[in-house]
Amino acid sequence: MKRPADASGPVARAAQRRRPRLAVWKFSSCDGCQLTLLDCEDELLALADRLEVAYFLEASRAVVEGPYDLSLVEGSITTPDELERIQEVRRQSRTVIAIGACATAGGIQSLRNVLDVDELARTVYAEPSYLDVLATATPIAEHVKVDFELRGCPITKEQLLEAIGAFLHGRRPAFGTVSVCQECKRRGTVCVMVSGGVPCLGPVTQAGCGALCPAYGRGCYGCFGPAESPNVASLMRWWQDELGVEPAATVRALRTFNAAAPAFADAAAAADESGRPGGEGA
Amino acid sequence: MNGSAIWLGPDAPERVIAHLGGQGFRVVGPRVEDGVLVLEELTAGDSLPTGWHDRAAPGSYRLERREGNGPRARERFGYRVGAQAWKRYLHPPELRLFTAERAAGGGLDLHPEKGPEAPLALIGVRPCDLTAIAVQDRVLMGGRHVDEAYAARRHGAFLVVVECTTPGATCFCASFGSGPGAEGGFDLALTELIDDERHGFVARAGSARGEALLEALGGRPASAPETDGRRRAVDEAAHAMGRRLDVDGARSALAEGAGLPLWNDVAERCLNCANCTLVCPTCFCVTIEDVTDLSGDVAERRRRWDSCFSLDFSYLHGGSVRRSGAARYRQWLTHKLSSWFEQFGEAGCVGCGRCIAWCPVGIDLTQEAAIAIEQRRQADAMPRGRGPAGRGARR
Repeated sequence: MKRPADASGPVARAAQRRRPRLAVWKFSSCDGCQLTLLDCEDELLALADRLEVAYFLEASRAVVEGPYDLSLVEGSITTPDELERIQEVRRQSRTVIAIGACATAGGIQSLRNVLDVDELARTVYAEPSYLDVLATATPIAEHVKVDFELRGCPITKEQLLEAIGAFLHGRRPAFGTVSVCQECKRRGTVCVMVSGGVPCLGPVTQAGCGALCPAYGRGCYGCFGPAESPNVASLMRWWQDELGVEPAATVRALRTFNAAAPAFADAAAAADESGRPGGEGA
Repeated sequence: MNGSAIWLGPDAPERVIAHLGGQGFRVVGPRVEDGVLVLEELTAGDSLPTGWHDRAAPGSYRLERREGNGPRARERFGYRVGAQAWKRYLHPPELRLFTAERAAGGGLDLHPEKGPEAPLALIGVRPCDLTAIAVQDRVLMGGRHVDEAYAARRHGAFLVVVECTTPGATCFCASFGSGPGAEGGFDLALTELIDDERHGFVARAGSARGEALLEALGGRPASAPETDGRRRAVDEAAHAMGRRLDVDGARSALAEGAGLPLWNDVAERCLNCANCTLVCPTCFCVTIEDVTDLSGDVAERRRRWDSCFSLDFSYLHGGSVRRSGAARYRQWLTHKLSSWFEQFGEAGCVGCGRCIAWCPVGIDLTQEAAIAIEQRRQADAMPRGRGPAGRGARR
């Protein structure tokens, strides 16, 4: 989209007013979601035009002190130190957007939520006493008020720009919480599960990725976490009864990037205990 | 049309594509891509699939090649309907309606979206889908408020129908009379006849444009055995449906069906994924969204397919009206089979069976309708004030 370059036009007006201050925070995460911001190559100038990038260590060491108008928060809370730091981030921020599977559901590190952390530490580290970690990895919204969440492992550039655009102009971001199936149908991908018997998490996973994996013949891996009203137990029953997926494999499929998202975690726990999704006799 | 039936060889589809393409139509028809059936744009020289057939069951659809050297290995339309319906082209899944730009002197410049440049020619429309197009015609163009985007694509569209002679396991068009034959509403109708002695198409024109096309294609008048063969094949197909639906029974049972027990049972299985509505050839619902760019100086209004299985679909002040899966499935089934009659004077279902095959967990509309009829009957047999079938639906 092009913008008029008139000297009395909107660009000049924008320069006259103070730009909202942006901060990007990292908690326990892989940095992939904040990298999505740097990946907005074509839009970076427009972004810098509209926002003052005040705190973004992945891009620059130069730090402008808070408070901040918009904070993008990546990562989950996994250490006592992070427990305190997220409170400070919230205090310094007018608007907080949690970005990615870690920040919205705990991320892949939340696999430890159903395991013994001390035992894991002893297995992995030569000197586990150097570690100071919490027993669980938890999403940002469990600790502070979050104004908006962007799903995905990683988030998409399109949703990030849409969320920032919506923030700048005081409107609601235009994306839904429906299933990945809706994106498959819109782009014309024929259902991989129905036409090929490929186990797919799409019917219970939130749209946003553009239904990437099914477009290449793969089942959805659930990167965007549970959709708005997922019936995970029913889908897992179908996987087992009609597609011949082993119970242990259904548990593994649900325990990935969004392992601690309640809808996935509950179905996985039920299947893990009874071998049947949704529990005994389901 | 009064013109008599014409016999065309097995390459009739390709000749139709080439001819209509040459006349400036945007030709769309079935193709097999990565082992699945899709509706794609075709150009002169493209061929339609040969020797493919499909097997549909609740939650399952397989496209397979015929083995061996039998005549069916050369069949042109051995498959029935794939996941995609023609609404993909007549009522597109995503559409920009207009772009708005902040004008230099204040105010907004509006740039409406241009309509399609070439008229559509749809090749291989099954009779159930032809009926579905007529259903969408009534919904989107029949009332006072005409959907301009639909009308722009629908007007002038050339419809080539292929009658059904071998219905599949999820087919029930005969229950609605929306197939397996077609008597009108098309430009050209083809019926494939294939056995050891003959292979070709009985072709009938349904419009002046269809007559002109038949004339251009040449061919000879169909013989009496050929036209009889066509009639017999279609009649037999009507009695070979894989499923059936009690249309009147479902209509009345569902009109009073809000409190029936089946909704909670379906909700145990229903994924709320919306696949049934998106593959349905008559479902027409859309949502509208406005987006801005980062500068806020350029905005777009877009519309895309929506579904009554989305929470936002029933969002009113304070929240969604239909929160439970039970309420959403009830809304959909009741609209398709009952309240559509009140609204548009006909059924909202044509019996194509897509919602059965493409439901990821195989929920069968014909089976649920039969259960509703039975539960309504049982509830009516009980003294008033007793039993589970009250009027109030669970939210």
